[in-house]
Amino acid sequence: MRSASPPLTQPAVAIRGLTHRYGSQVVIDGLDLDVGSGEFVCLVGASGCGKTTLLHLIAELETPSAGVIGRSAGRTAVMFQENGLFPWLTASRNVELALEFSGVTSRRQRRTRARELLEVVRLGNALHKRPHELSGGMRQRVALARALAQEAELLLMDEPFGALDAMTRDLLHDELERVCAERELSVLFVTHNVREAARLGDRIVLLGSRPGRVIETFDVSIPRPRRIDSTEIATLAAHITDQLRQEVIRHGR
Amino acid sequence: MDAEIITPSGEIPTTQVIPTTRVTPTTDEALAGLDALESTARARTSVGRRALTAAWPRLLALVIAVGAWQVLVWSGWKPEFLLPGPRTVGRALTDLVGDLDFWRALATTLRRALAGFGLALVIGGLLGILVSASSVLRRAIGSLITGLQTMPSIAWFPLAILLFQLTETAILFVVVLGAAPSIANGVISGVDNIPPILTKVSDVLGARGIRRYRTIIIPAALPSIIGGLKQGWAFAWRSLVAGELLVILADRPSLGARLQFAREFSDAPGLLALMIVFLVIGLFVDAAFGAVDRRVRRRHGLA
Repeated sequence: MRSASPPLTQPAVAIRGLTHRYGSQVVIDGLDLDVGSGEFVCLVGASGCGKTTLLHLIAELETPSAGVIGRSAGRTAVMFQENGLFPWLTASRNVELALEFSGVTSRRQRRTRARELLEVVRLGNALHKRPHELSGGMRQRVALARALAQEAELLLMDEPFGALDAMTRDLLHDELERVCAERELSVLFVTHNVREAARLGDRIVLLGSRPGRVIETFDVSIPRPRRIDSTEIATLAAHITDQLRQEVIRHGR
Repeated sequence: MDAEIITPSGEIPTTQVIPTTRVTPTTDEALAGLDALESTARARTSVGRRALTAAWPRLLALVIAVGAWQVLVWSGWKPEFLLPGPRTVGRALTDLVGDLDFWRALATTLRRALAGFGLALVIGGLLGILVSASSVLRRAIGSLITGLQTMPSIAWFPLAILLFQLTETAILFVVVLGAAPSIANGVISGVDNIPPILTKVSDVLGARGIRRYRTIIIPAALPSIIGGLKQGWAFAWRSLVAGELLVILADRPSLGARLQFAREFSDAPGLLALMIVFLVIGLFVDAAFGAVDRRVRRRHGLA
């Protein structure tokens, strides 16, 4: 089981004084954030807190206006709310393609590896199905397998379960928790669902809106395995939700 | 069950006892169950049945069209040596099929069509990829490509004949000019319409350069590219037949040349028989494109 406080080893990401502007609008303002090695950090915030922008900046999809994003040596994988699977490829071929871009040159090796990864997400019997033949939850698991194929140490997730029904989401929480623990992944998980954050995170970082900056950080000491419908999680979630509302109310004045 | 819940006094209890032992299925079992529930089996109809449903309306339409033609001939609107009936044309068609020269002409025409289309595919495809990849190039020639597409290809022939005289090259030139813009436009619109999430994912996966095009961009744009190819073929085929009417080379029989001769010798049955040949070729190619198109769309989950 993971410890609730951030480990003392070198962090997977260390962000200092990050600022980002679109034209004259400041989206992120002087943000500091660490994700420890093997730590599961959840980012919550209301609209306009720059959550998605932050992930894009860490994933190097955009270049920050100012500040430093320090990464440990490992690779970074990203999962989005839309699964982003290539619709013309089977589940296995989707994973194989990621392996190809990660530098696995042997076709046979890629195929074996893809099968293993899909078995990790319990999709060993859907190898040859195309995305449109799979349910939303299954697609997100293929996307997770594909992210794992990148051999990343840091996994960035942008509301990956936002479009799923509650039952599927609960099950995927279990899956994600197991996979991340097994592989000692560092995770930065963006969500607007406070309970989800309390269910998954070692630490929850609350972002303020317009511009985005860290308001507060919560260490989650609830022991695992956790259930999203447990009282501890509900209590913590209620507390964070209150803070979030305060932040939203501030903008209405 | 109901009887047990209701108390002797007939009241329904307001609270139910929550069981103290919870049955918690494992994640794996629950996932497997959900997967099974949410996987849909696609109903498949047999090939024979599909062919039959597709065939009968076409057959009916054919019978009606031939019938109308026969009625027109019977009405005496034009003398029969100018507008022969289906039976006369049918005989001419049989003669045509038995004639070796016809097959030679057909081979010439098809070879020209394939060469022109192939070259247009290379040029249009490359052009499309370049324009879709570069915003400068797009501003420079993007609208020119669309403009070329609307230009009637027969308008190119006088220039082609000036430049290349009455040669194969003149025909090839016009066929390529007719088809390449459509193919290029198919590629461009296909690339433009790739969902942003897919390009974002390819960035994240580190897909760059030629490999990005080969493994992601081209396959993602394929449905639209096929549309462009289909349209390109239609333009190529029209330009070719027009060209063969104008550019007639000695000792090189072609379908277009035969059509022209049929008019010059007032061989109306032969002329109509050749037109039926053009129609049939067009239908075959269209069916082939349709089959490829359906296959690709199914792969992409669009159909």
